[in-house]
Amino acid sequence: MKDQTLKQQITEVATRYPAPRSAVMPALHLAQAHYGYLTQEAMAEVAEYLHLPRVTVLEIATFYSLFHTRPVGKYHLQLCTNLSCMLLGAERLQRQLEQQLHIRCGETTADGRFTLTAVECLGACEMAPVMQLNDDYCGHLNEQRLAEMLQTLQEEPNRKPENGPPSS
Amino acid sequence: MYEQVFLLEKRDSEYQDLAGYRSGGGYSALSSTLRDSTPEQLIELVKEAKLRGRGGAGFPTGLKWSFVPKGGTSAKWLLCNADEGEPGTFKDRIIMEQTPHLLLEGMILAAYAIGAAKAYIYIRGEYVIAIRRLEREIQACLQAGLLGKNILGSGFDLDIYLHRGAGAYICGEETALIESLEGNRGQPRFKPPFPAVSGFYKGPTVINNVETLACVPPIVQRGADWFRSIGSEKCPGPKLYCLSGHVKRPGLYELPMGISLRELVEQHAGGTHSGKKIKAVIPGGISAALLPEPALDIAMDFDALSAAGTMLGSAGVIVMDESTCMVRVAHRIIEFFHHESCGKCTPCREGLAWIEQMLRRIEDSEAQSGDLESMERLYGNIEGNTFCLLGDGAVMALRGVVKNFRHEFIERIQQGARAA
Ligand SMILES: Cc1cc2nc3c(=O)[nH]c(=O)nc-3n(C[C@H](O)[C@H](O)[C@H](O)COP(=O)(O)O)c2cc1C
Ligand code: SF4
Repeated sequence: MKDQTLKQQITEVATRYPAPRSAVMPALHLAQAHYGYLTQEAMAEVAEYLHLPRVTVLEIATFYSLFHTRPVGKYHLQLCTNLSCMLLGAERLQRQLEQQLHIRCGETTADGRFTLTAVECLGACEMAPVMQLNDDYCGHLNEQRLAEMLQTLQEEPNRKPENGPPSS
Repeated sequence: MYEQVFLLEKRDSEYQDLAGYRSGGGYSALSSTLRDSTPEQLIELVKEAKLRGRGGAGFPTGLKWSFVPKGGTSAKWLLCNADEGEPGTFKDRIIMEQTPHLLLEGMILAAYAIGAAKAYIYIRGEYVIAIRRLEREIQACLQAGLLGKNILGSGFDLDIYLHRGAGAYICGEETALIESLEGNRGQPRFKPPFPAVSGFYKGPTVINNVETLACVPPIVQRGADWFRSIGSEKCPGPKLYCLSGHVKRPGLYELPMGISLRELVEQHAGGTHSGKKIKAVIPGGISAALLPEPALDIAMDFDALSAAGTMLGSAGVIVMDESTCMVRVAHRIIEFFHHESCGKCTPCREGLAWIEQMLRRIEDSEAQSGDLESMERLYGNIEGNTFCLLGDGAVMALRGVVKNFRHEFIERIQQGARAA
C-alpha cells in the first residue's frame, strides 16, 4: 500500500530544488529508509511523485553504492578496506568476519540478519581500522573488539540502531 | 606558538551549537560584512588574503568568486563540496561535526559575495552525525535570522539545503557533483563552460570545499594580513592535515600551511606506532604520489609538492612503515580507482581494469618478465587521455609507487618465474 507520509516527504523535499528531478537522490534515501531497501514499488512511487520515468529512477538507484535494490540484513557491517585501514589490519578483520558469519563480503546470512560489505574509505581514518554498523561508525577495531561486537549482536536480536536515519 | 582558528580543539560540544559558537565571537564576521562591506569588497579581501581552495587543486578562491558575472537575471548558486571521498581524508567531516557554524557562516559570506540566494551542501551519505548536526544548526540559524529572508536586517536572503550523497567518489569532482545534484548519474561534464559561467541548471555556480569556506569567517574577522602571516607567501593560511596509517598519534592537525612533512609526521604525529622506520608517506590522499622516507623534508604546500611530482591534494597524509608491501599497496590503490571509475571514458574504465589484473598477477607471483614494462606503457597511455582527473590521479599514485619501489615488483615477478 502506498504511504501518504512518504509522498508528503518527497513532495516537500522536491521544493528545495529548481526542478523536481534534483530530488531523486533525497527521495530514494527517504524511500529506502521507509521500505528498508529499494523495492520495485518504492522506485515506482519515487518516479510517480517526481514525475520521472521509472527507468531514470532505476538508473540513479543503481549508480550509487548506498542505494540497495536488494534486501540487506538487519545489521549491515561495512568494513573499510582502503589503504589506511588495510595498513592497520583490515584484511585480517575481513577474514574474521567472513569466518564468524559464514558468508563472504557482499553476502547476507541465511537468516537475513547480517550483511557484510567491504567498502572504500569511510572518511574516518583517524579511527582506523573502522567499519560502519548500519549508520554508526565503530573505530579502533581489533580482533577482540570485533568478536565481542558480533557476539552482542548475535545474542541481542532486538537491538535497534542507536539513531534513526537522517531525514534528508 | 601557532594559534588555532578552526576551534577543533574545543571538544565536548562547546562550538557545536549556535549559542556556543556565538559566545566565541561567531557570526560577528557576517554582521560586520553585511553592515559595512559590499560583495565586491568581500571578494577583494579574500583575494588579498590569497586564500587557495582546500579541495585539492589550490585554485585562488577570490578569483573564482570574481568570475561570477555581476547582475544578470539568471539565479546564481553556491555549492559546498562536502563529498570528501579521497581516501585518507577526514578533515571536512570533523569541521562539520565540531564547528558546523564555521562552515555555515563561511557559506553565508560566500553567497553574499557572489549574489546567490540558494546554496546546497553536497555531503557524503555516510556522514550521518554531520548531517544531523547541520540540519539542526540550519534550523537554529533560520530561527535566529541568520538564514532565510532579510538576514540580520540587511535585505540579503539565503537558504541553505543539505543534499545527501549516496556513495560515489566521482561526485566529489565538481562537474560530476553538479550532474548528480541535477538528478543525473554523477559523471563529469565537459569544461568549458566553467561552472562560474554555466553550472547548476546553467546558472553561474561557485563550488568550494568545506575547509575553504571555513577559512572565510576568520579572514573577515582578523584580516587578510593576519591570514598571509601564516604559511608561505604563495600558499598562506592555516591548514588541516589528516594523519593516518602507521603513525603513533593518528588524527586531525591544524598547523600552518607549508609545515615540513617530516615535522608533521615525526613530531606532531609521533612517528610510527611500531617504532619501525618510515618507508614512505602519501602527502595528499591516495591520488597523490607517495614520497620515500629521504624525501620527507618538504613543505606541505601546493607549489612545493607539485614541484616534487606529487600534490597537497586533500592533505590526507598516510604513513607506511618499513613492513609495508608496496606491491600490495599499488594493487589496493588501483582496485579503488577502478571501482570508482564512472565508466564514461575508455582509457580510465578499461585501462584501470587491465592494470588491476596485471597488479594482481604480479602480487600473486604469476607475472612474467616484461609484464612490468607493459603495465608502465599502459598507464603512460591513460595519463592525459581521460575525461577527468580521476584517471590521472590513479596513474600519479601508481607511478609514485613503481618509481620508488621498482625492485619490489621485480622481485615478485622473479619469484613467480622461479616457482614456475
Ligand atoms: C576525482 C576527483 C574527486 C574530487 N573529490 C573532491 C572532494 O571529495 N571534495 C572536494 O572538496 N573536492 C574534490 N575534488 C575537487 C573538486 O573538483 C573541486 O576542485 C573543489 O571542490 C573546488 O573547491 P575549492 O576551490 O574550494 O578547493 C575532486 C576532484 C576530482 C578530479
Ligand atoms: S576519467 Fe574515469 S572517472 Fe573520469 S570521466 Fe573518465 S571514466 Fe569517468
